[in-house]
Amino acid sequence: MKAFEVSELSLWYGNYRALHDISIDIPRNNVTALIGPSGCGKSTFLKTLNRMQDLCKTVRIEGEVLFEGEDIYDPKADVNKIRKDVGMVFQKANPFPMSIYDNVAYGPRIHGTRAKKELDQIVEESLRRAALWEEAKDRLGKSALGLSGGQQQRLCIARALAVKPKVLLLDESTSALDPISTGQIEELVGTLKKDYTVIMVTHNMQQAVRVSDYAAFFLLGDLIESAPTEKLFGNPERPETADYVHGLFG
Amino acid sequence: MRSQTPNARKVKNAILRALVYAGGILVCLILLFILVYIFSRGIPSITTELLTTESSYIHDTIGILPNILNTLYIVVVAMVIVIPLGVCAAIYLNEYANNYKLVRVISFAVETLTGIPSVIFGLVGMLFFIQLMGLKAGVLAGGLTLVVMVLPTIISNTLESLKTVPDSYREGALALGSGKWHMIRTVVLPSSVDGIVTGCILAVGRIVGESAALLYTAGFGLILNGFMTALQSSSATLTVALYVYATERGELNVAFAIATILLLLTLLLNFAASLSASKLNNREK
Repeated sequence: MKAFEVSELSLWYGNYRALHDISIDIPRNNVTALIGPSGCGKSTFLKTLNRMQDLCKTVRIEGEVLFEGEDIYDPKADVNKIRKDVGMVFQKANPFPMSIYDNVAYGPRIHGTRAKKELDQIVEESLRRAALWEEAKDRLGKSALGLSGGQQQRLCIARALAVKPKVLLLDESTSALDPISTGQIEELVGTLKKDYTVIMVTHNMQQAVRVSDYAAFFLLGDLIESAPTEKLFGNPERPETADYVHGLFG
Repeated sequence: MRSQTPNARKVKNAILRALVYAGGILVCLILLFILVYIFSRGIPSITTELLTTESSYIHDTIGILPNILNTLYIVVVAMVIVIPLGVCAAIYLNEYANNYKLVRVISFAVETLTGIPSVIFGLVGMLFFIQLMGLKAGVLAGGLTLVVMVLPTIISNTLESLKTVPDSYREGALALGSGKWHMIRTVVLPSSVDGIVTGCILAVGRIVGESAALLYTAGFGLILNGFMTALQSSSATLTVALYVYATERGELNVAFAIATILLLLTLLLNFAASLSASKLNNREK
């Protein structure tokens, strides 16, 4: 089963072409890692999957991105619905300046959940899934900005899970964190793939090997190779991939 | 360059330091003099009668209750109109406008409006609201004139504080599937409310202290009126009344009493503004 089917996707920032004819299928209920050196287009590609690229006014996109068979760049597509189904966690934790509870309840409230009891349940469930419940349950009413960096990032994951997305995009979500918090989030990603499709951008090769099932290697706006992680790292087809995963450049 | 002996340098230092100190002390003394002078003449003149009656030749009373109320009315009228208008304009400029040229032109116009002498607002207000639109000189015409006058203050303070809201908040909300207006209402505005409040306090301060723009638009009436009547009848605010009592009536003690009240109000408002501004700064850290 495919979550995304991307074909011939190109993207320009003004006159600069950041993505060249990307075609890739992303399987459901797996963790897919996007790897590559800085500026290779992997984050740019990730943001086309939930139309966060729309926020940049100079962006032009060609090609097709199908999510569960539907073209998300169809002019009639409901952007808010797409972003609800395809959740995103950013590089830097960005909790809202409100209580922990309100942060997690923010999404469900947008989409019409108002009943206190129901919200309570969603908040607890989401925080449990993000492995933050034990640490946060006694301070749900306190400001989210008082949490540590790792806790804030797990809160952002909980916030993204609370709208019951089908896909979770992680944009280098552990790059600003210490090793312990990183480990917690990696472990979390492993448990999430049972119910979600996870697509993560990472700079960290070991992390890609540890958590992902599939990997895609980007270089200078091109998708060089995508394969099951074991194959991409153990027996890559393209020489650029081999050089990169063996640490010859990057 | 000619080298100086250490002694000459010391003397030069001492002279400069003396000048700087003198400047600082002089400023404090001027402020102190004004405060002491006004309070010493004004406070003894503040009586219950003054604060609770209107001036009447029949009852032989001099009172500024109407003027206190008129000031209050005008603050209410102006703020009720200017807050939504200014905040909406700032939100449009910061969150919606795509045309950066237009935004620059509007921002420039807003800045320029802040620097225009208020008597000119009064003149334009009189010609536009009274001659052209047929309003009577009163709280409504005066309040509308002040709306135009303090609009830039509200817009620029709101803009400043909208700009301090990190884009990551906006992205976070949009990535959860929030619509744009919902994002602004639930994330952006709550995070910038201190700046909006600061702008409003400053605006109230300007309104309370304004006289020139009100001379022709709100009028000189010293009669006690209810809110609805005052809207369309000549109503002097505290500042205008100060002018009337000091020049036409020759009641200097009353003028000083009003001055005292205005000073206290201004101090209070400035204090409130700096308090909310420092709250804003704390948040940015």
